[in-house]
Amino acid sequence: MPTGQGESRVNGPIAIRTENLCRHYRMGEAVIRAVDGISVQVTSGEFVALLGTSGSGKSSLLNLIAGLDRPTSGTVVVQQNDLAKFSREELAKHRLHTVGMVFQSFNLIPSMTLLENVELPLRFAEVDRGKREGLARQALERVGLSSRLRHRPTELSGGEQQRASLARALINQPRFLLADEPTGNLDSQTGTEIMNFIREFNDALGMTIIMVTHERTLAERYASRMIFLADGKLIGDQDNVLSAATGQTHGGGS
Amino acid sequence: MKTYDMAELAVRNLRESILRNSLTTVGISVGVASLVAMLSLGIGLQQLAGRHLQKSGLFDTVVVTSRRDLRGFNRDQEENGPAPAESPALNESARQKIAQLPNVLEAYPDIRFITELRYEDKPYLTMMAGLPFSAKNNDAFDGMQGTFFSAETASEVILQKSFAAQLLGKTPKAGSEELSVAELAKPLLGKQLTMRYAERTATPATGIAKGGRSASTSEANNLPGAAYSVISREATLKIVGVCDLDPDSMRGQARARVFLPLQLAQDLHVMQPSDLRDTTSMASGTPAYITVEVHVKNPTQVQTVEDAIKKMGFNTFSIVDATRSLRQFFAVLDLFLGIFGSLALAVASIGIINTLVMAILERRREIGIMKAIGASDGDVKGLFFAEAGVMGVFGGVVGVALGWTIGRVINLGTNLYLKRQHFPPEQIWFVPWWLVMGAIGFAIVVSLLSGLYPASRAARLDPVQALRYE
Repeated sequence: MPTGQGESRVNGPIAIRTENLCRHYRMGEAVIRAVDGISVQVTSGEFVALLGTSGSGKSSLLNLIAGLDRPTSGTVVVQQNDLAKFSREELAKHRLHTVGMVFQSFNLIPSMTLLENVELPLRFAEVDRGKREGLARQALERVGLSSRLRHRPTELSGGEQQRASLARALINQPRFLLADEPTGNLDSQTGTEIMNFIREFNDALGMTIIMVTHERTLAERYASRMIFLADGKLIGDQDNVLSAATGQTHGGGS
Repeated sequence: MKTYDMAELAVRNLRESILRNSLTTVGISVGVASLVAMLSLGIGLQQLAGRHLQKSGLFDTVVVTSRRDLRGFNRDQEENGPAPAESPALNESARQKIAQLPNVLEAYPDIRFITELRYEDKPYLTMMAGLPFSAKNNDAFDGMQGTFFSAETASEVILQKSFAAQLLGKTPKAGSEELSVAELAKPLLGKQLTMRYAERTATPATGIAKGGRSASTSEANNLPGAAYSVISREATLKIVGVCDLDPDSMRGQARARVFLPLQLAQDLHVMQPSDLRDTTSMASGTPAYITVEVHVKNPTQVQTVEDAIKKMGFNTFSIVDATRSLRQFFAVLDLFLGIFGSLALAVASIGIINTLVMAILERRREIGIMKAIGASDGDVKGLFFAEAGVMGVFGGVVGVALGWTIGRVINLGTNLYLKRQHFPPEQIWFVPWWLVMGAIGFAIVVSLLSGLYPASRAARLDPVQALRYE
């Protein structure tokens, strides 16, 4: 099934390109090759699922694309910018404006209300005080949480928390949504709910989605392309015919 | 992130672990309070001493003596001044000249004499001194019972406490409790004393020179005579006050035990010890003074006035040097009090470091999240820095208030004690505005410095590690 190198699947400009990307950790004497020479290209507007078992390096790859981590060697180019050459400050700007992230454990700040959580990236982006609340409110309405604005994350269900974190990821209108096991802590029904939101962002907003998951069925159902990793190496890369069909029924984005 | 947003976030973060942050802030407050209390005490004591010295007239007084006395106060004056025989006499005309020097408030002679006083027909031999009317405001008379002289030439006296005790036959025995001024004053105020004294009356010089001695040489005839007769007289004086003046204090008059108005003393022409010397030196027919006390308008002008008087050929003495060493003493005292106060603040700053380092450990994940959603190193650093700063502001304000309160309590306690010991109340504690502002500023600076390390540590935190940490 797996085809060769990741050539462009969807017509459009290349959004992400990695070349011989490596991320090695030192653990005492041993060197862990979390990402070990991955070269891959992602076109703008794709919905890519990164599949692999635990420890296969899929999250490490996602962190490199997100600019949370720096490669040991190789390049990772996002929208013509080589992140390896970015300063810490530039990487922060990249995380703030270019990518939005959602995590398995939601990662909302427990001491803040939903509104404050969603507003936080706007603070970092130095958006005017007057505009911030309106924008955050809008984002939360979009994910159906308009009645929960003043609640704290712990007062909400997992699905609601993940929806809030989606709202937060989108608040600065990034081109990329990077999701690390977004449904991993949710029951299947809530998971579907979240995945529908993500697909909507892909379809309606034209966002490029990179989703890390270990559930092949989930990937097959939603992603337009599946990349398989094992031991930090790329072992498979294929278009998802199934998803393409469903994608079209949902309003035919790609 | 904008500064205002940062401060706002910092305040809300501090509110999240309110107990711990409050305790840390209390630590800063205690540090600031001890600093403020110590320094305000030092400043207060300095002002107290300054006030007393100022009022006692020590700061602005120049004592003038004639070089004819051969009693120079220091070598420099002995060696560099005019020869004693050439120096002018310290008499009334010299006093007037000195009084007219710029910046001189007044110049008055020091008149004192030993005489016999009779009280209830018993004689007492004592030293009396003339007291200028301006001494009314002198704080040496703060604890005085009765009143000051009613007029410049009133026939009134003020007694020194121990003399009053002597008059009443209540000389305190060693070890027994001292009598209070009030107790001594009650039976004496308004009573009369009879003073027997020797009046000096000038007599024509030639008469004595010709008749008295066989000094018919031309030399003797050319000299202006310094002759006078001494007549025994009596005067009745009313006791108007009893004061608790330390007989060993620095003021010249204090060696006397009975004071009468200076003008009265002059008018009575009481024979003084120096008069005898004048008869041998034969300098002039007018009486000379042993010392003249000069009051200067402002302590800062003492030196210039002293120089001017020296130029006239007199010896001078002032305690400008003494006050300089006093100021030095207080500068050192303030320094030490400040250091002790700062020690508590140093401990408090360790508290801040500890709290913030703990906060980093506790909020590791939060820092990771903030970085993942786009916070820069600067944002994270600024946030922790702002938290330290906010604790500093609160700690500083609360600390100043606390220090102020402590100072007040110390003051109150001291005054209660002073009252029980029959002393007048004193303000030994003073908080100037610069100390309030300085202490708050210092607290903020110390807090920010304490925040430096935790803040940069938080900023360096690896977000991947932080988010992995559960």
